Amino acid sequence: MKDEILLNVVGLKVYFYTRAGVVRAVDGVNFNVRQKETLGLIGESGSGKSVTCLSILRIVPNPGKIISGKILYKGEDLLEKDESEMLNIRGKEIAMIFQDPATSLDPLFTIGDQLAEVIRLHRKVDKKEAEKLAIELLQTVGIPDAESKIRNYPWELSGGMRQRIAIARALACKPRLLLADEPTTNLDVTIQAQILDFLKELKEKFGMTLVLVSHDMGVVYEMADRVAVLYAGRTCEIADKNTIFREAKHPYTEALITSVPRIGVRRESLKVIPGEVPDLVNPPSGCRFHPRCKYAEPICRKEQPPLIDLGGGHLVACHLYK
Amino acid sequence: MHVISTSSKVNNSEHLIEVKGLVKYFPVLSRGIIRTKRIGWVHAVDNVSFHIDEGETLGLVGESGCGKTTLARTILYLIPPTSGTVYFDGENVFEVFKSGDKSKIMELRRKMQILFQNPYTFLDPRMTVKEILSEPFEVHGVLDKEKITDAVFKLLDMVGLEPYHADRYPHEFSGGQRRRISIARALALEPKFLILDEPVASLDMSIRSQILKLLIKLQQEKKLTYLCISHDLNSILHVSDRVAVMYLGKFVEIADVETIFKKPAHPYTKALISAVPVIDPKTGRERIILQGEVPSAINPPKGCRFHPRCPHTKDICKKREPQLVEIEKGHLCACHLVSG
Repeated sequence: MKDEILLNVVGLKVYFYTRAGVVRAVDGVNFNVRQKETLGLIGESGSGKSVTCLSILRIVPNPGKIISGKILYKGEDLLEKDESEMLNIRGKEIAMIFQDPATSLDPLFTIGDQLAEVIRLHRKVDKKEAEKLAIELLQTVGIPDAESKIRNYPWELSGGMRQRIAIARALACKPRLLLADEPTTNLDVTIQAQILDFLKELKEKFGMTLVLVSHDMGVVYEMADRVAVLYAGRTCEIADKNTIFREAKHPYTEALITSVPRIGVRRESLKVIPGEVPDLVNPPSGCRFHPRCKYAEPICRKEQPPLIDLGGGHLVACHLYK
Repeated sequence: MHVISTSSKVNNSEHLIEVKGLVKYFPVLSRGIIRTKRIGWVHAVDNVSFHIDEGETLGLVGESGCGKTTLARTILYLIPPTSGTVYFDGENVFEVFKSGDKSKIMELRRKMQILFQNPYTFLDPRMTVKEILSEPFEVHGVLDKEKITDAVFKLLDMVGLEPYHADRYPHEFSGGQRRRISIARALALEPKFLILDEPVASLDMSIRSQILKLLIKLQQEKKLTYLCISHDLNSILHVSDRVAVMYLGKFVEIADVETIFKKPAHPYTKALISAVPVIDPKTGRERIILQGEVPSAINPPKGCRFHPRCPHTKDICKKREPQLVEIEKGHLCACHLVSG
């Protein structure tokens, strides 16, 4: 049961048609998510993590367009569903916790209203019943004094509280798959620890599958079963957690892991990735990492490396491995 | 002739920076129709004492709102303190600023600089990089006009930027490059002491290590002394020699970086260190999850400020405030359970 694939993203391409040119935000992302596992999606800004999540729910904002690819959820392609079918999937089957709870919660509505809205969209309950369910939800996410908190507005609460409410909203209809986009990025470490711990607990309780998007290697290490590394809109490596952190094959993954300042690592031994994250209007030719890669060869400049299987579910896109 | 001064103006210790009993309260005002009433105080920094030696990096960690930035700004007299003293190289900083002696104030400003938190708002969008980097020289009048251009190019080279960057505007740069420009500007007048306020916040992880590496390199080359503030423990522990942990306006623990990381004494430090997600936790350490959130600094809890969240609270913690005492050489901790 555990190895059954719940979500399969194949060759996803999402382009944004801006005045400055076509931004190839997602340009060949592949990964799959198994039932009940946590997949860590890691990458720097502009690597296409968030856009991939938005594409799964088919809520890519204008001027973005899904160009090609398949998003198979339980074997059915979400990109071929019509809008009314998607409405049933969003929130109920797949839910998302957005990056910044300060902006993803509407400041003009109370917490109670925002939770009740989701509940009433998917379940036939009256207002009173919805409010009761909202209070229960707040209790599940560990908010004290939930009866009075539903009358509060988002801006009356702290960052950690807001994040819990965003989680409560995503959980309102007990989704099977939860996409968490940087759920702890703006929080302090002690609050981050609370939220991560809580996400683990919820996963157990509801048997959810989690896609955790993060740029923090530590967070991914502690949470994920498997990890997919994205760079400049493409998947560079996928493997289970221990393989990624101990025997990374892609030069980018390797560089990322050694360039993270870590407690207990000596100052002098900190590695540095030279250069900057590439511009996605004019991405580098061939392998997108080649300008920053210390192993780059002529072929890397010309050809895009395919994602190949090294065995044991370890996939890597690099010319060094053939 | 050597005269030992007994006045408070000169401090004879060898520390480059010595802070004694620094306090900064902000009034909480309630604006009525007729007059504004003060209804309380925010205890942003509450009786903080520490020192930094020459060439050393003191890391300052704590959660948002604990008073880290206020402390930094008060040390530089960017905001006036409520009470307390700061000595820089033996000189009483606040007295110099209060004296109004312009040449002395300018001299201190040259020696003590700060790298501000947000390079997006701190660099003037309407000035070119050349203008931004020339400004310190012009304000302080330390260089002839002809020499300024040369100095600007030298600064750019120092932080790893190219000469052609001089004619560009801040918006044309990435976050990491903007941080480099800020560093160049902070170091333009060759300060001895630099406060780094969240030097790597909001940077991508591959850029973070570049900036940290640059800061370490510059410190070694120029014999700089740093006070490095951050809530990102991984970065801060990486660059610091000693670390101070702050909670609600107070220091709860100071020790060298190894001690803070390997055997922290204060329950808050323990929780903080254990909360940092790390790659490959070989030690198999247990995570301590703190309940609740940081209380308001307007009415901080009585006794030990950490007691409402502390897993080991005893009666005494609710009544008496623990003092920062030395529990080992160079290891200070403010906790009733540790000091007995």
